[in-house]
Amino acid sequence: MAKRRILIVEDSPTMRQLLVLALSRLADVEIVEAQDGMDGLRKVSGDAFDLALIDINMPIMDGLKLISLMRSEDTLKDIPIVVITTEGAQEDRDRALQLGADEYLTKPIQTNRVLAVAKSLLKA
Amino acid sequence: MSDGRSNVFARGEEFLRLFKRGAEFTEELVTENERLRRLLMEFETRQESAARSPHDWNKLRAELVGRIQSLEEQYRTVRERLQGVEEENQYFADRYVEVEEENNALANLYIASYQLHSTLDIAEVLRIIIEIVINLIGAEVFAVYLLEENTRRLQAVAAEGLELSAFPVCSLGSGSLGAAVELGKTKCWDSTSDDDFSQPLACIPLVLEERPIGAIAIHRLLQQKDGFSLLDHELFTMLGGHAATAIVAARLYSRSERKLNTIQGLIDLLAR
Repeated sequence: MAKRRILIVEDSPTMRQLLVLALSRLADVEIVEAQDGMDGLRKVSGDAFDLALIDINMPIMDGLKLISLMRSEDTLKDIPIVVITTEGAQEDRDRALQLGADEYLTKPIQTNRVLAVAKSLLKA
Repeated sequence: MSDGRSNVFARGEEFLRLFKRGAEFTEELVTENERLRRLLMEFETRQESAARSPHDWNKLRAELVGRIQSLEEQYRTVRERLQGVEEENQYFADRYVEVEEENNALANLYIASYQLHSTLDIAEVLRIIIEIVINLIGAEVFAVYLLEENTRRLQAVAAEGLELSAFPVCSLGSGSLGAAVELGKTKCWDSTSDDDFSQPLACIPLVLEERPIGAIAIHRLLQQKDGFSLLDHELFTMLGGHAATAIVAARLYSRSERKLNTIQGLIDLLAR
């Protein structure tokens, strides 16, 4: 069975490590990390991914810009996207969902919640 | 004449056909009649045998009542077992939730301590502390203070949400922050003083070998965060010890590296 590939785009090494630890509980997954929006765009354009977890506040290119670019690209627009961010305001959530995010999670995260969301988006 | 004869034959055959059909129908009726007679005789026999004596009636009734009681007992047993299984399921469901929460807590604590001890660069240590407090605790405005040994004053050396200069210097033992750090125990308050930052929401003293070396003062939480959870308190305990160790280790490493560079420079000078 081909491994499902998950991309984590997050500038905090602590958060990346926590997300990798959580998602490693899924069977048959390969996790790729990117440290900012530009790095994320490079990686997602170069390989096929089944899911992307994206932070919003990042240097060089923020998460909303990355989501917008992904949704405007034919080869990337169908990748499910989960936003994981400190921004808790409703308008931030609405904006991300309008741009094309599938789920919006706020920090501090519950690892089991991230796992449940990832499972449901990978199955869909 | 031949026409008449053929008519007679045709009518005769017709009559014969009708007669045969009638005979078959009669035979069917007789067979059905016999069957119904037999059924009737059976019913009458059973009725007679059932109604033969009150003893037979009582025996039959006792058998039926016993059967009903036995079925009711089985039903009760099955219901009790079902209830037991449901309770067990609920227990396992609750336990699963508890285990998931513990798992989440362990993951957070493991990652936080791993990151803190992953570097001997003081700036990196402070950056990691900031990351932990933002991402794992969920604070929006906070500062990391270090204690100056000579002056016994707490000075903010790293901050998030505001400029460093916004966080006041305070003496060990004085004010809410200074008193909490001197005690060496984490303290939380219900409200904070936003105007002068003299009283935070939480003060986490950084303590090594029972000596305070600094503190983390949290003044505001992220919008989506209601208050401090059990996990947050466990993170406070972890930070209080491990962040202090990481800072002291980084400082010592930095000093020893400087000394090493100085000695190396001296050796290089003498070697010329």
